[in-house]
Amino acid sequence: MNQVLRVLFAPGFFASGPVHAALVVGAVVALVTGAVGVFTVIRGQAFAGHALGEVGSAGGSAAFLGGANPLWGFMGIAVVAAGLIELLGLHRPRARDVATGLVLGAGLGLAALFLYLDATSSSTTGVAVTILFGSLFAVSQQMLPSIVALSAVSLVVIAVCYRMLLLSSLSSDLAAARGVPVRALGIAYLVIMAVAVSLAAETIGAILATALVVGPPATALRLTKRPGGALVVAGLIGVAAVWLGIVLAYDSYYWPPAGHGWPVSFFVVALVFLFYLVAGAVTGIAQARRSRRSESASRLAASGCAEHPGDAA
Amino acid sequence: MSVPTLDPSADDAILDVDGVSVWLSGREVLHDVRFRIMPGEFTGLIGSNGAGKTTLFRVILGLQASSTGSVLVGGRPLTRRNPIIGYVPQKVFLDPDMPLRARDVVALGLDGHRLGVPLGWGRRRQAVDAMLDAVDARRFADARVGNLSGGEQQRVLIAHALISRPRLLLLDEPLANLDIRAEGEVVALLARIAREQRIAVLISAHDVNPLLPVMDRLVYVAAGKTASGTTAEVIRAEVLSALYGQHVDVLRVHGRILVVAGAEGPSGVTVEETDGAAVGPDIVSLR
Amino acid sequence: MVNTWIAATLVAVIAGVVGFFVVLRGAAFVAHAIPHGAFGGAAGAVLIGVNPIAGLGVFAVGGALGIGWLGRRGRHDVATALALVLMLGLGALFLSFSVEYAAAIYSLLFGEVLGVPSDELLPIAGLGIACIAALAVLYRPLMLTSIAPEVAEARGVGAQRIETGFLLVVALAATMTVPVVGVLLMFSLMIGPAATAGSLTRSPRNAIALSVLLALATVWIAVAVSYLTNLPVGFFVGTLGAVSYGCARIWTARRRGRTAPA
Repeated sequence: MNQVLRVLFAPGFFASGPVHAALVVGAVVALVTGAVGVFTVIRGQAFAGHALGEVGSAGGSAAFLGGANPLWGFMGIAVVAAGLIELLGLHRPRARDVATGLVLGAGLGLAALFLYLDATSSSTTGVAVTILFGSLFAVSQQMLPSIVALSAVSLVVIAVCYRMLLLSSLSSDLAAARGVPVRALGIAYLVIMAVAVSLAAETIGAILATALVVGPPATALRLTKRPGGALVVAGLIGVAAVWLGIVLAYDSYYWPPAGHGWPVSFFVVALVFLFYLVAGAVTGIAQARRSRRSESASRLAASGCAEHPGDAA
Repeated sequence: MSVPTLDPSADDAILDVDGVSVWLSGREVLHDVRFRIMPGEFTGLIGSNGAGKTTLFRVILGLQASSTGSVLVGGRPLTRRNPIIGYVPQKVFLDPDMPLRARDVVALGLDGHRLGVPLGWGRRRQAVDAMLDAVDARRFADARVGNLSGGEQQRVLIAHALISRPRLLLLDEPLANLDIRAEGEVVALLARIAREQRIAVLISAHDVNPLLPVMDRLVYVAAGKTASGTTAEVIRAEVLSALYGQHVDVLRVHGRILVVAGAEGPSGVTVEETDGAAVGPDIVSLR
Repeated sequence: MVNTWIAATLVAVIAGVVGFFVVLRGAAFVAHAIPHGAFGGAAGAVLIGVNPIAGLGVFAVGGALGIGWLGRRGRHDVATALALVLMLGLGALFLSFSVEYAAAIYSLLFGEVLGVPSDELLPIAGLGIACIAALAVLYRPLMLTSIAPEVAEARGVGAQRIETGFLLVVALAATMTVPVVGVLLMFSLMIGPAATAGSLTRSPRNAIALSVLLALATVWIAVAVSYLTNLPVGFFVGTLGAVSYGCARIWTARRRGRTAPA
């Protein structure tokens, strides 16, 4: 048993402070992004979610320039960008697509500027890599309370708005007819998404944040049909990906090339992608089997009693 | 500019659907559908949403294999890319954000499936202009197509389908989202095209009424089953009750037709066609 | 500097033309994902000491095919997002192994004015010509599948195949961007000018022409200002794209406002 554990967890894993922090932060963030991300996928806002993450890198680099924690920068600019995308108020798909793209482009332009200034002021390019690709082991312990608090607030908002969000995601007309303030809800949702994306950016980097926001929810929606269940499953898949990623990254110090750890973010992203593919394969096989069975069954029924009275639409 | 008449026996059906059944993911969407359409005939394909109209179109277009039965188009078995058929789909993405004029959409009907950039602009332009005239759309030929009204867009799409000189025109719910006036104009236009150019028109709709003045025959779809014939033959309580597998009434009000689910009629008893005067407030659903 | 100027001009022409179709098809996310994800390939190429163009090309084409394949089985935007982050994740991995990533990677991401050696001009031009040729061949089916995919299908044009072809063209265009505008901002150059042109003109031909002109103006200004200020090219490309589109929208809205009541 000990042997197995030693293979799975490299020595010192459980004693390491950064590992503890990473495990806690990773799990909390994965739960929030899972819950928020389910709606991102249902509402078809993967692009907007991704854009908010990348735009956040401008804020992250600006915050670094001003000596603040990147999280505040990520969040500040992501919320502003969310407001901009919604404010442009374009409801036709093509115009919305373009508007999102241009907000993203402008944000990345700013990121280029700030990262350049970061690099010249601190004469290192390590900042760019940390902001863009994240490093979970470097999340400062002082940020823990803020991260947990933000996550809790996001989860509470999602829980409160759950039914309204679901209804308006399925049909905004239907929701409006029921008296749901669709516009305000849309803005509120984008803001919550901006917070979730920023948390993910702090964990696995601004340009990889999408992996946590879109991956586990899309996987969960393949596995379960109930939206409530999808929230939970997405969170669990996210936690699994992050924790496994941390373990593998920690172990990778002992992999070739020796003495060099592989980035956590890479493992998290790769695992998220793998889960998505596996879920697709599993449901694909199950569906094919089910449809084959039901077709032959209903063929039998149809030939057995041609004039089935219950056939009416 | 005349319709090609390769077929020696012009009286033969342009479309012959014979015993078509379609299974989609374990469900029988169409069951033993059979009907014929003659050249120049105006046929309505009537049924509620989800009754199987679009699936039937996809079968005729060769995009959906049928489980049983056969379809002959112009006397020949189905092929994809059939030049005899023109098609106006229900889902078309025209929004004001696209830099496309009405004439660009029509030109795509001529050769949008070919590779390479279009050559011979003069000839193309002439053909497009002639087509725009034919559907009375010359006025807005150079307007951005996304900014046109629903009726105007529908004309452009009809021109788009007609420019390749088909002999059978399929239109999937072209009247959905049109106001009453535009509805009448589009129907009149289609009827004129059918009559003057001897193009058979098969048009799907959930409401039979706009088509009543011009329709030669109709095919009624309900729960994947069909009945075809003239309006008087098909729109009858017995026929439709058998299709729906439940009792329905057919009401005629001022020359219009209402098909109403009869909630209370005891099974087995056929209520005869009721007069319009007898319509009470307890109409359950309109189809 | 002259090399950069030539390369930037080539890139602008391609971005202008490809961008027209990107905007027409509402494919901004894909146009962002393919060049951006291809960065991972460039990082890998730098790591093993190969020309970054090769790495960009492999990842861009792989990404295009991957998005096409995944998009057939699931939601298209989800497929795009996941393919993108996987490629970027690989990029992060390669970067972490690389010892001399600093400057090279930075210019790949955000572009650099003096970054184009003369032996890279030929491949850039070659890729550009291939792009334009492919778009000329696909022109009509691309238009048809953008407005009425079902009609296209009925006429024997496989919408899937056209989509894959289009993604490959975007991949080719992405590969050209190497250090000129940088992978992060290539898509901005595709969307900004094309969207602006699309809202100002009515016919596709005019829209493509104006889109190319605007892309040229954007890139020339960006390169010139970047050269003078020493700030990254990408910053100017991204900002100019958003600003020009914003101006175009305001202008058309005001024009419509003036004509509507009359």
